[in-house]
Amino acid sequence: MLKRAVLLGAYVLFVLLPIYWLVNMSLQTNREILGALTLWPENLTFANYIKIFTSSSWYMGYVNSIIYVLMNMAISMSVALPAAYAFSRYQFIGDKHLFFWLLTNMMAPPAVFLLPYFQLYYTIGLFDTHIAVALAHCLFNIPLAVWILEGFMSSVPKEIDETAFIDGYSFPRFFLRVFMPLIRSGIGVTLFFLFMFSWVELLLARTLTSTQAQPIASVMTRTSTASGIDWGTLAAAGVLTIVPGIVVVFFVRRHIAKGFALGRT
Amino acid sequence: MSLTLEGVTRVVANETHLDEVSMILEPGSFNVLLGRTLAGKTSLMRVMAGLDQVTSGRVLMNGEDVTGLGVRQRNVAMVYQQFINYPHQTVYDNIASPLKLAKVPRKEIDVRVREVASLLHIDHLLSRKPLELSGGQQQRTAMARALVKDASLVLFDEPLVNLDYKLREEFREELGALFAARDCIVVYATTEPSEALALGGHTAVLHEGRLMQYGPTADVFRRPNTLTSAEMFSEPPMNVIGGHIHANEVTFGDDMHFALDQGLRGLGEGHFRFGVRPAHLSLSPQANDDLALDVVVDLAEISGSETFLHVHHSRGTMVAHLPGVHTFDVNQKVRLYFPIHRLYAFADDGSTLYIPGAPQRTDDVDGEVH
Repeated sequence: MLKRAVLLGAYVLFVLLPIYWLVNMSLQTNREILGALTLWPENLTFANYIKIFTSSSWYMGYVNSIIYVLMNMAISMSVALPAAYAFSRYQFIGDKHLFFWLLTNMMAPPAVFLLPYFQLYYTIGLFDTHIAVALAHCLFNIPLAVWILEGFMSSVPKEIDETAFIDGYSFPRFFLRVFMPLIRSGIGVTLFFLFMFSWVELLLARTLTSTQAQPIASVMTRTSTASGIDWGTLAAAGVLTIVPGIVVVFFVRRHIAKGFALGRT
Repeated sequence: MSLTLEGVTRVVANETHLDEVSMILEPGSFNVLLGRTLAGKTSLMRVMAGLDQVTSGRVLMNGEDVTGLGVRQRNVAMVYQQFINYPHQTVYDNIASPLKLAKVPRKEIDVRVREVASLLHIDHLLSRKPLELSGGQQQRTAMARALVKDASLVLFDEPLVNLDYKLREEFREELGALFAARDCIVVYATTEPSEALALGGHTAVLHEGRLMQYGPTADVFRRPNTLTSAEMFSEPPMNVIGGHIHANEVTFGDDMHFALDQGLRGLGEGHFRFGVRPAHLSLSPQANDDLALDVVVDLAEISGSETFLHVHHSRGTMVAHLPGVHTFDVNQKVRLYFPIHRLYAFADDGSTLYIPGAPQRTDDVDGEVH
């Protein structure tokens, strides 16, 4: 029992140490960070956070990120729900190949698509807009959403659909009133994954924007100036980047294990 | 309201699921679809409901062509083998759902839901969710939803398969009463001949997508029109032995002869296949002219107070359905008797040539029910 506690404690320490260090740094002055090693802030300061929340060039980074992430979640969901329903309920020529092809989109590194996206969006005037990033992130988020949702939908017996039609439900009404509540946890988990992948993606988000839709990760690079790196503000920005993830996980924590099983029990 | 099928054929991916099925279901009738797995029972029901469309043929309701109409345009209800309810809604909402969608006034919905719920003895469970109920109660909920709608066609696709024996008996008894007062056509699919006999009404025997025979249940049971129909509607299956009729004598194999009785005399000479029901075989002679058959025991299956004796002889295998518990050793030699005046005769192509006359014992049909 004790041995287990020790091992577990060691593991938790190992995982949480970098995060603690980040929080520690965010509450210190640059002088202290660059000075002697301190395990906790000697001169506790919130100046780094105040700087982020008062400077529009900083907090707009978060706003931009949240905007394109939400846009991406909306687009991905509205495309993936019907697509996943079709894959789980109908047989059509090449359905299995199409499903596999969708998955292969997740295997390609975003860097491969960087140049064509940049060129294309620049040409049609989408460069430096939120929608550009949201659309680009569909590249990996739609296949992911289809994949997760298909699993959840396939675990709902087809007879429920038929019973609903026999009862007199129209298709849209059935989908909204009967089917979506049945795969509620699947939808929650899918939204979580969509959020996460879009939130942490940096390369596409940075390349497709300059000032108007600049994501927070891109703003963070500005801390490197001629007078050195502003470590404290960078750390505070880092902490604030983790917070939305924690909030989302809190809401879907009960469904998350089921989500990793992708509905395939 | 009557339902007519005209040459209904359904082909899926080059496989024929239904082959030229034609039948007329009368208003207010209780119809059993009997057949083994893949016989086409479910396919036929889905076509009747409008869930699947026919490849060729016509479906008529009350003489009106509804062939191309989808399930929402037809007034049908269906109960599946699995317990299908809306898990996120209460039992009350489950039952009320078809009425709500039909925009029935709320007061009337309440009255009808409670009425049907009490008919099915689930009135105390109305506020629960289906998954909090036992299997039997879940199926009752599904049945209530089918009944409350007052559909003109109610389909049951093996609804009792996933329930235990006692519940099945209970349901079977209730079903007859539930539909006695209603004017709807009930179609009930089952794989078990005993269930068809217990339910009564009409029976349609299906085999490999074809309708073998359709008529009043007892009639279909007693007068199978083909060997296949006889085999389907008998559990354990009817025993079939090949034999010759030659000069007023029947010969099985080389060693078994007996004189033709009155009925078989009309067949003429030639090769025939003779069928005898497992329940008509016995260990002691029932009449003077019973034919003795020496057989070797393969297996004695004892189920409660009955014994199914699987044996083989020089011409093949047989099953005897014996009342009471009998123990036999494997390879034990036994002498079985069967009454020659209860032999069915079939032609080599399977069509029925001779049906034995009225049974002497009144419990003849019951002998098959267990």
